[in-house]
Amino acid sequence: MRLLSTLLIGISSGSIYALMALALVLVWRSTRVVNFAQAGQAIASTYIGYVVITHTNNYWLALPVAIIAGALIGALSDILLIRPLNKRITSGPVKEIAPVIATLGLLGLIRSLVGVIWGGDLKRYNAPVSINGFTFGHTTIPFSRFNLLIVFTAVAVMAIFAFVFQRTGLGLALRASAFQPEIARLAGVRVDLVRTVGWAIAGATGAIAGVLITPSTSLSPNSLDLLLVLGFVSAVIGGLESLIGAAIGGAILGIGLALILEYVSTSLAFPAAFIVLMLVLIIKPSGILGSKAGRDA
Amino acid sequence: MSLIVQNLIVKHGSIEAIHDLSFKVEPGELVAIIGANGAGKTTLLRTLSSLKNPASGSATWNNSDILNKKPEDLVRQGILHVSDGKTVIPELTVKENLSLGGLWRKDKQDVALATNEVLELFPILSERASQRADTLSGGERQMLAIGRALIARPKLLFLDEPSLGLAPLIIDQIFSAIKELRNRLGLTVLLVEQNAMGALGIADRGIIINLGKLVAEAKAKDLINDPGLSAVYLGF
Repeated sequence: MRLLSTLLIGISSGSIYALMALALVLVWRSTRVVNFAQAGQAIASTYIGYVVITHTNNYWLALPVAIIAGALIGALSDILLIRPLNKRITSGPVKEIAPVIATLGLLGLIRSLVGVIWGGDLKRYNAPVSINGFTFGHTTIPFSRFNLLIVFTAVAVMAIFAFVFQRTGLGLALRASAFQPEIARLAGVRVDLVRTVGWAIAGATGAIAGVLITPSTSLSPNSLDLLLVLGFVSAVIGGLESLIGAAIGGAILGIGLALILEYVSTSLAFPAAFIVLMLVLIIKPSGILGSKAGRDA
Repeated sequence: MSLIVQNLIVKHGSIEAIHDLSFKVEPGELVAIIGANGAGKTTLLRTLSSLKNPASGSATWNNSDILNKKPEDLVRQGILHVSDGKTVIPELTVKENLSLGGLWRKDKQDVALATNEVLELFPILSERASQRADTLSGGERQMLAIGRALIARPKLLFLDEPSLGLAPLIIDQIFSAIKELRNRLGLTVLLVEQNAMGALGIADRGIIINLGKLVAEAKAKDLINDPGLSAVYLGF
């Protein structure tokens, strides 16, 4: 029972890591930028969701508002920051690194803005459903209705991703622009626009992760930094190129962390993430789906 | 609907790749631009399809300027560029590569019609529809790339070395398909080639460039029969 409930908790937290990883992989695939600002975009969206919750006490209104805010912030980040940089810097080593540094700057900027607007103190809001664990007979496990909701939401998001990417014209355009932007252009795809849509989808996905994780923790200008790191680790475990890989990476990291925390030590949360990462990369250096095949999904 | 290029100068950094080039392609004409490696052929096509910006000069199609635009906008005016080398997206299936060519078009019925025409022209693509494009042979990839361009219902087609790396038999097949397309659809075609014999064999007119400069311009037949030119520039 203890093992089963640890696995369930691992899948629940892994679902949130997977969402963050999906957001990071989307941006990486479409623009080759490691987006440190993903945490900033998510935190700003979560604060906006927090405002809706405190005014309406309605989580189900806050979630879509945060998603829309996340999409807008993501799109604006690309239009105002990445696009001009890519236009100005066309070659050399700076071209690779400038956008990444810019996202670090953006992360700092958003954190400061959020701090100025909402203050640096911890904010909290309640989960929309019970956070008390399910009870079987006389045993109560830590896994709650809210955990179930988290897993369900993550699975739903992934199903939507799978559908959009494999079955729609937008998905085809997103994939083509990520793989071979020049050929996509010559086929008539508006690659710049498609990339911005990719950033918007990533922003929305990050917002979902932020709104889902906050009831279990608390909200402050840098409360999603650890999630960013865990999201990265999940993305790298998954091979960085693959959306399915990001989902699997999140699950592996979530379960791995839960096992280490439960059976080894609770003070190992942060290093444990890297132990999982190292183990996976030593066994499979390119990540779980890091081979060429990973780019299918 | 003619293509008019005037005094075109294109630079790579400080090096001039195209030097004061002027020529004209009449409506429905198939013109071959012949030159050795490094003659500036690919640079010329990349400039004409707005993948690259020129230093100076002008180019118009149908009396409207086509330089310094976005390639995706030129596609919407019927100007399609089939680039050399990596002509298809290897990670996508054959079907997806074809669909890509019609994504921007609103008339989905005609896209379906055009797709069927392409599959009739190149039946092998039908057989390979659900395979990834990187499983195709060089010739099949070239057919896929040309097919994708056709789905946009092009009026002006730029072809960059369609014979590159193909076996002689396949080259003949691709060249005759190009000629047939021109005849059937009334396309205006600018074909850039190192394979002078093959290209001039199907072209109406030939333009020979060397180091970014125009060396000769004449009817394709006359170029083939000019002993001086063929020895120096055409390699036969």
